Amino acid sequence: MAEVLVYVDHVDGAVRKPTLELLTLARRIGEPVAVALGAGAADTAAVLAEHGAVKVLTDDAAEYADYLVVPKVDALQAAYEAVSPAAVLVPSSAEAKEVAARLALRIGSGIITDAVDLEAGAEGPVVTQSVFAASYTTKSRVSQGTPVVTVKPNSAAVEAAPAAGAVEALSVTFSAQATGTKVTGRTPRESTGRPELTEAAIVVSGGRGVNGADNFAIIEALADSLGAAVGASRAAVDAGWYPHTNQVGQTGKSVSPQLYIANGISGAIQHRAGMQTSKTIVAVNKDAEAPIFDLVDYGVVGDLFDVVPQLTEEIKARKG
Amino acid sequence: MSLRIVVTVKYVPDATGDRHFADDLTVDRDDVDGLLSELDEYAVEQALQISENSDDDVEVTVLTVGPEDAKDALRKALSMGADKAVHVEDDDLHGTDVIGTSLVLAKAIEKAGYDLVISGMASTDGTAGVVPALLAERLGVPQVTLLSEVSVENGTVKGRRDGDAASEQLEAALPAVVSVTDQSGEARYPSFKGIMAAKKKPVQAWDLSDLEIDADEVGLDGSWTKVDTADERPARTAGTIVKDEGEGGKQLAEFLAGQKFV
Repeated sequence: MAEVLVYVDHVDGAVRKPTLELLTLARRIGEPVAVALGAGAADTAAVLAEHGAVKVLTDDAAEYADYLVVPKVDALQAAYEAVSPAAVLVPSSAEAKEVAARLALRIGSGIITDAVDLEAGAEGPVVTQSVFAASYTTKSRVSQGTPVVTVKPNSAAVEAAPAAGAVEALSVTFSAQATGTKVTGRTPRESTGRPELTEAAIVVSGGRGVNGADNFAIIEALADSLGAAVGASRAAVDAGWYPHTNQVGQTGKSVSPQLYIANGISGAIQHRAGMQTSKTIVAVNKDAEAPIFDLVDYGVVGDLFDVVPQLTEEIKARKG
Repeated sequence: MSLRIVVTVKYVPDATGDRHFADDLTVDRDDVDGLLSELDEYAVEQALQISENSDDDVEVTVLTVGPEDAKDALRKALSMGADKAVHVEDDDLHGTDVIGTSLVLAKAIEKAGYDLVISGMASTDGTAGVVPALLAERLGVPQVTLLSEVSVENGTVKGRRDGDAASEQLEAALPAVVSVTDQSGEARYPSFKGIMAAKKKPVQAWDLSDLEIDADEVGLDGSWTKVDTADERPARTAGTIVKDEGEGGKQLAEFLAGQKFV
């Protein structure tokens, strides 16, 4: 059976959920061979094996942390040459997309980014994308070389599928470009204890109607009652009420959770571009004419300062 | 010392318009007004700021690849303050994918001459966000991408990249490719004076032969990817909307419980 390279997104050995989703998709087209790089690379093997990786190629050279992107491209290229895979699957994080693109160019292959689904096809993997602010669904394929595809979080269910997951050291020779961009400092983001925005099953967002940084506490309280991530509209971020890393929309993050709750967000196209593929959409807004209500499965026309705290209390009571 | 900055910009269909695919499954550009991609305005802005903060002689060139009306995007950038513009236009470019686009841009950047390339983080239509990395690969220079802060001094570019797990400080020697996010700083509005001055600024026109690119390397046929189908997403069925009369939160909790979220 053909092998499929899966690029592993992990933090110090802790594999992030989108990589496990990729393993599910990879098994549709072949046998997953995972590539894990950097500090803790070998620690990823157990969880990757549980989810279907027949092999885990690792290298923990310091270059991956000390220089931007290119060392990882060199490593993925080395893995590609060692394995001759039928496809290369990469999570759609900002950095992994850059790694994937440079690899595709080097190996003379087409690249498709931000897939939301993937199936085996007669002429190679058939890739589904959601485009134009999710108003269109396209099906595409790579017509030259080995398909390189980046896949958005929440595009497949995580499934256990025990496999060998034998760890093998990957031999990497770094290119002349590898040390071109130095990482001279790194400040880890402080954990909020909440799920990562793009990976979360539930996202609770606040917008202009939240009307102040302090008021985001009621959005956070609702999120915590549901075990959700917190998002913010561009208006709220531009006003300085919430960090840019939490921005949902065209210029922020694109999310596709099971449930999206928009509070005080009117639903401009730029915001819709980032959340329209959410499975169930709920909105609370004072303005009955707000375009967000065109998208919702359930909407409450009302003051979020009344509705949201009541909702939070009710959820807590039901969870008892 | 002099510093040559090339800013890559894209003319995109207005996202607030009704965007469609044409019969050949490329973007239908006739139906919707176009404009300079908002995310590229940030790139123009940073180029102008680097120019204004520099003691060196800085020249800012804006570059676009696109049909005739893509000149509008160049005019906007010129009226913001860029010095000159390059427009790559050729009928054979129709339907070019990201790999092909990066080829055309890289050849044009080399022909124009550069010390620094600045791009937006992504286009607002394709949204792939991979062209800056592809340009660095093709040009063989460092990529210093997704910056929320950028500065250039003594032949070195420095910046801050805010990722999910960490915020990183980056540094590279010129020449280099930079991309900037919408956090890098609000883009200026063209002044009346800027708009008038833009009319006199040079716009150079190149086609594929000027760049020594064969037609079969670009366009729909030269693309390494193929779109087989594009279907308009069915309109969502109308949801339940209630007016809060004191019980709105409880009603919503009931809905969420019914959907097994609680």
